[in-house]
Amino acid sequence: MSLSVNVKKRFPDFSLDVRFESSASRIGILGASGCGKSMTLKCIAGIETPDQGEILLGPRVMYRSADRICVKPQKRNIGYLFQNYALFPTMTVAKNVGAGLKGSRRQKEERVREMLHTFQLEGLEERLPGELSGGQQQRVALARIMAYEPEVILLDEPFSALDQFLKDRLQQELYEMLEAYAGTVILVSHDRDEIYRFSEELLVMDRGRVITGGKTRELFADPGYLEAARLTGCKNFSRVQRTGAHRMEALDWGIGLQCKREIPGNIAYVGFRAHEFVPVWGEKKENCIRFRLAGSAELPFEKNFYILPENEQARENLCWFLQKDKWELLREKGLPDYLELPESRLLFLTG
Amino acid sequence: METVMELFKELDWSPLFISLKTGAAATFVSFFLGIFAARKAVRASGGKKAVLDGILTLPMVLPPTAAGFFLLLLFSRRRPLGSFLYEQFDFKVVQTWLGCVIAATVIAFPLMYRNARAAFEQIDVNLVYAGRTLGMSETEIFWRVVVPSAGPGIASGTVLTFARALGEYGATSMLAGNIPGKTGTISQKIAMVIQDGDYLTAGIWVGVVIVIALAIVILMNLISGKRMKTVKRW
Repeated sequence: MSLSVNVKKRFPDFSLDVRFESSASRIGILGASGCGKSMTLKCIAGIETPDQGEILLGPRVMYRSADRICVKPQKRNIGYLFQNYALFPTMTVAKNVGAGLKGSRRQKEERVREMLHTFQLEGLEERLPGELSGGQQQRVALARIMAYEPEVILLDEPFSALDQFLKDRLQQELYEMLEAYAGTVILVSHDRDEIYRFSEELLVMDRGRVITGGKTRELFADPGYLEAARLTGCKNFSRVQRTGAHRMEALDWGIGLQCKREIPGNIAYVGFRAHEFVPVWGEKKENCIRFRLAGSAELPFEKNFYILPENEQARENLCWFLQKDKWELLREKGLPDYLELPESRLLFLTG
Repeated sequence: METVMELFKELDWSPLFISLKTGAAATFVSFFLGIFAARKAVRASGGKKAVLDGILTLPMVLPPTAAGFFLLLLFSRRRPLGSFLYEQFDFKVVQTWLGCVIAATVIAFPLMYRNARAAFEQIDVNLVYAGRTLGMSETEIFWRVVVPSAGPGIASGTVLTFARALGEYGATSMLAGNIPGKTGTISQKIAMVIQDGDYLTAGIWVGVVIVIALAIVILMNLISGKRMKTVKRW
């Protein structure tokens, strides 16, 4: 099912202008909170109405301002999983699952039974949502959506209120349950791990706009834009001055960088992920920086170093994250003399 | 003591039944009207909402006699609407039990409306959104999701409405008058016997009112307390 969205909506302090098209079946939308990603989902579901534009789902027009078409959410056949699941608090599990079903009573009961079975909710039929665990609530919410066979399922930050342990468990569970689902699923999140794990295609949003999009893995490898790099978890950035096809100055780090790849003419920033530094003892290589330790923090499975390049121009601290299994090396040899920024890992970014 | 027993035996119980009947009828009407109005008010926006809310709340803040004045303006048989209703439908409001009900409804209605509105406003809007994406009609969402979720607020609104309707005095005395056995409610009875200096009879009726009011409030608290066992105590 292809999805095409091109909508504008104004708010007093913010305006949404989203354009994208995708026929992937698992789409992720990554953005900081308040960037308009939830609003985009609500427009697709029909809960919110854009000011103008068009939303197409396959051949069906969901919204087109030019023709004054705005299909009611009831008729769109798009499921929406809310962050708090929005289970009806006064209805039992069975009633919740059957809430949106049409048809005869027998058909409905049959369908509810089927869904309860699929989602392992047997025995909980008569419970109220308040009496369920988080995982059970998620299953009820999903069963309720799946019961009426939507063409698209929208997941609106379903895990952001959970603790880490539960989050991992429920993510796994949700993705397993969605495996059999043939329709399109869109996941909205500010969590890059969640998005990376889930989505085939990725859209990155910033301040109401889609700044870039593409295959998730490719986009994480080469985000292209400063904000996209930041959202995919890159920690180190510097303004750059391109001095040749294969050479640039990282102004905020005060070093020159060499690249085998050709540096694009419109480059404005260089990005470097905190995990990609290579410690060097002894002789200086290309793209190496001497540094002073500004601080460090020990986490359960990694160590974070905050370093300042040793030269006059440097004004930005850099983050260097080291996995636990590499600490040994440091303990043996002490802090490295240099940190290398392998040229293949440099991210060429525009603003 | 014996005089009290004597009085009890000879007491005309009609004010009790008239008050209960009036209270029940007024509550019944206010219940549906109040919920309906609350729904409209919650869904209205901006200025429209402010004006609508003001008008609907007015009877609560006005002196009941002012409400009585307007009701008389409307329903008096010397007025266009009143005479029209009487001539066309033989519909009498002034000096009838219907007048009691209308007066009590107008005065008590805002309590139902405001409680229902407050309860609706506190409902997680995602519940409504979820209902819509699930294909439920707006009516279905309202009666199956919103109203049950607003249960405690609606229950307390109902209790207050009934209590207020039961004790209505000002507007009732103007519109329905105090005709013993017909429109003579407990509150009017109390006022009347006090004027005669009969504190004993007045005291009995005050006692009756207190017992009824207390019993109903406690009963409703128990009911809503049981239904809302998911709500945490604090």
